[in-house]
Amino acid sequence: MPTITYIEFNGTSHSIEVENGLSVMEGAVNNNVPGIDADCGGSCACATCHVFVDDAWLAKCGTPDTQEKSMLGFAATAQENSRLACQITVTDALDGLVVRMPEAQH
Amino acid sequence: MNAPVNYDPSHEAWTMPLDQVDPANPMRFIAGAELPYLARLRRDAPVHYTPQNSMFGPYWSVTKYNDIMQVELNTEVFSSSWAHGGISVRDRPKELRIPMFIAMDPPVHDDQRKVVQPIVAPFNLQKFEALIRERTAMVLDSLPRGETFDWVEKVSIPLTTMMLASLFDFPFEDRHLLSHWSDCSTMPVEANGFIKSEQHREEVFGELLAYFTKLWNERVNEPVRPDLVSMLAHGEATKNMSPREYLGNLILLIVGGNDTTRNSMSGGVLFMHQNPDEFAKLRANPKLVDSAVSEIIRYQTPLAHMRRTATQDTELGGQQIKAGDKVVMWYLSANRDDAVIENPDAFIVDRKRPRQHISFGFGIHRCVGNRLAELQLKVLWEQMLARFPKVEVVGEPKRVFSSFVRGYASLPVRIPA
Repeated sequence: MPTITYIEFNGTSHSIEVENGLSVMEGAVNNNVPGIDADCGGSCACATCHVFVDDAWLAKCGTPDTQEKSMLGFAATAQENSRLACQITVTDALDGLVVRMPEAQH
Repeated sequence: MNAPVNYDPSHEAWTMPLDQVDPANPMRFIAGAELPYLARLRRDAPVHYTPQNSMFGPYWSVTKYNDIMQVELNTEVFSSSWAHGGISVRDRPKELRIPMFIAMDPPVHDDQRKVVQPIVAPFNLQKFEALIRERTAMVLDSLPRGETFDWVEKVSIPLTTMMLASLFDFPFEDRHLLSHWSDCSTMPVEANGFIKSEQHREEVFGELLAYFTKLWNERVNEPVRPDLVSMLAHGEATKNMSPREYLGNLILLIVGGNDTTRNSMSGGVLFMHQNPDEFAKLRANPKLVDSAVSEIIRYQTPLAHMRRTATQDTELGGQQIKAGDKVVMWYLSANRDDAVIENPDAFIVDRKRPRQHISFGFGIHRCVGNRLAELQLKVLWEQMLARFPKVEVVGEPKRVFSSFVRGYASLPVRIPA
């Protein structure tokens, strides 16, 4: 299984094996990784699974669609490398992916 | 034991012909009897049409969580625009409609929302937290012991009004005007309250606009600072608003920051009283406050619905919706949908996924102040637990005559001496 590394805002790192087909958000929530709220449960409707994707991995994660872009527009701390973790599907190609959490999910 | 689910198969909600079910009738809300009608629709007609005979004209009701999510995400087909009648089941007369960003679609909605959004950014919330703690302590310490008083009047209104005054940097001594204007904005004329006619409401809006225009003029020539008036006056997408649009956005921010949290502050006290075992759980483990707060917000659903207008013919839940039809998303019903929320009629302070409720809406119109609202409620409950053994509800709450704002005019309580 691919390993995803989630780094909390305070620097705490969690490396988790996540099954192919799940979203990066589900990988965090199912393993009680703090810092990802995912209020809407994965519908790209709340922007509370906001993560920063390490530059080396950005292209491999694909491009956000219109809905994701528009939700990211409402995340307080969004940057160029911001994504919603519910919109990134885990595959073997993402083995080793590193995502960082913002200070807060709103 | 949780409060029992009042399922009574002989109740009119379950026996009346489906086309007569009119869930938006405010009489049911003032009687606290609105839930069975929505439960009936969830079971028998999840996407349901109420014909002409309602006081709001014909409208669709969407009652299931996942169907509502579809409507929320499809802003092209389901418009929020004030030009179509906006976001509540009640249409104001065409000439009195008011633009505000909650009642706009992209891209203007997005641009205006982004102007005010930083007021609740993490940095500002941290700044507000100390202030909220101090004020909550002051209000709770001033409450009488061993005698009956109105929780709405003595706690919910003062706390939310003070918060609102800080968000606008509104003259503190005049802050009662904010809750007055909030009530005037949402009160139906038929409620026989302060607002006697739509013309009367317009007069009150005139006072509101005059007061806030003075604040705008003071702040527009000063450097921008973190208060909502200054942010609107300096924001690229808002600085050239018409007075009517400024009024609309003020009403939105006043109502959004006031009615909602106020009614969750009152509702929580009622739910804890009705569910003593849940309150005992919270008392025994104050770490449950965060999850209890989300549960209170779900259970209260202080805005019972949001409305959209179809911009084209479409299908939803097997029903044919026509361009121009009014579509009401019943948040109150989705929050009781057992397809998504386990045992939804029970009030449970330690749910597995307490934040999975729809009270804040979803998609681009999701409540901008949700984390601030949660913070206010969290501080309130932390400080109540630290002070009072319990707050007893000693009489029937008086509910509000509205199927939009779901709340309480009064809640008689007593804190043991």
